Amino acid sequence: MRTSASTEIDAPRDVVWAYVTDPDRTAAFMAGVTRWQPVAGEPRTGERARYHVLMEVGSAEVGGVVEVVEWDPPGDMAWVSITGPSQRGRWRLRDRRDGRTELTLLLNYQAPGGLLGLVADRISGPLVSRNLRRTVAGVRRHLEDPFS
Amino acid sequence: MSESGREVGELAGAARGLFGSVAGALVRRVTDRIGTADLDERDPDYIRDNLAGLWLLASFYFRADVRGLRNIPAEGPVLIVGNHSGGNVTPDTLVFTLAFSAFFGAERRFHQLVHNLVLAVPSPVPLRKYGSVAASHENSRLALRKGAALLVYPGGDWEVHRPSWQSAKVDFAGRKGWIRLALEEDVPIVPLVAVGGQETALFLSRGERLAKLTGIDRMFRLKVLPISLALPWGLNIGDMATHFPLPAKLTVEALAPIDLRERFGPEPDLDEVYDSVTATMQAKLTELQAERRFPVIG
Repeated sequence: MRTSASTEIDAPRDVVWAYVTDPDRTAAFMAGVTRWQPVAGEPRTGERARYHVLMEVGSAEVGGVVEVVEWDPPGDMAWVSITGPSQRGRWRLRDRRDGRTELTLLLNYQAPGGLLGLVADRISGPLVSRNLRRTVAGVRRHLEDPFS
Repeated sequence: MSESGREVGELAGAARGLFGSVAGALVRRVTDRIGTADLDERDPDYIRDNLAGLWLLASFYFRADVRGLRNIPAEGPVLIVGNHSGGNVTPDTLVFTLAFSAFFGAERRFHQLVHNLVLAVPSPVPLRKYGSVAASHENSRLALRKGAALLVYPGGDWEVHRPSWQSAKVDFAGRKGWIRLALEEDVPIVPLVAVGGQETALFLSRGERLAKLTGIDRMFRLKVLPISLALPWGLNIGDMATHFPLPAKLTVEALAPIDLRERFGPEPDLDEVYDSVTATMQAKLTELQAERRFPVIG
């Protein structure tokens, strides 16, 4: 299942980049994510940074470790799962007119397990899409009006 | 004794003998199927592949609600001590096992001690792949020494077959092996409280007298021969072939971890620990039961 959400933010690219790649804030602004904590002994940011991640999926909390595999500031940060459910994620930032930034969050994930896994994917799909939309909208609100 | 009385006595003796030999053969077949210590049969890849789908089923069918997973230490060996429900089907174990593997990742070693018989009967979920091992001291020690989280149900067959109207009662039948285990291996305890399992069938009686009378208490290590009304059998005696659970809402909650020596001193008194931990669990179970408005529906 591949899903994404985009928004345009009235803020320069490096400001948006600094905000979305800060691991201390991720759990606060990423909808459905309850923990995004650097793994001790690994880089906090940049390529090969690792994070303990917990996500709310329906009534379950699902955990795992992800690793940053692409780090191209201030444009792309991509991660893959090391343990836990299989996923690939990406922040993509692009310049728009008048010093604005287009922010995209992509998530590619798959619940294994044949037919039941497929059903799980279908059911979780709309929930995950909604979380992605809420996340980018939240980032935009915060950066355009930090006191909102 | 009269002549006819003696005849009846002899007949009863012969019947017991016949039952004994049939049951003896059954015990041997069951024991053969169980095999030896099988910690290695846990299969994290299998768990990963099936977790999402099974959790989906569990959350729809049992409206599973698993709380307090953050109370379980993130690393290292830990002894999880639960109250047990649901006859030989024990859906709360399945639900918790799935939630544990989802939360910590299928990679974290997690074993559940289950009664030999449960491992022997066919199950739609391959319990061994999920880390279930036959209940023995050897398996418990091996698991903890490998750094696993180990789930034990001290109440075992006694608690799991309690009548449905005692659903909100923690009953370890005075068994304290788990305390000795935690002390010997120096691991923390996490109490685990579950409600709802006793509503997956109508459990009527443990049938302790029936168990003694038929001699299965010695043969199967079973103190009970439970009587229940369960799908699809109707009247279900023994629950040996298990049953189809009703979709009762299951709530499971892990409580704060307890370091026995820190709380009860360097040489803890087993009775004191037993009373304290079971009282804590009972208070939580009473609370969880109070949240329920209707049987089965929850």
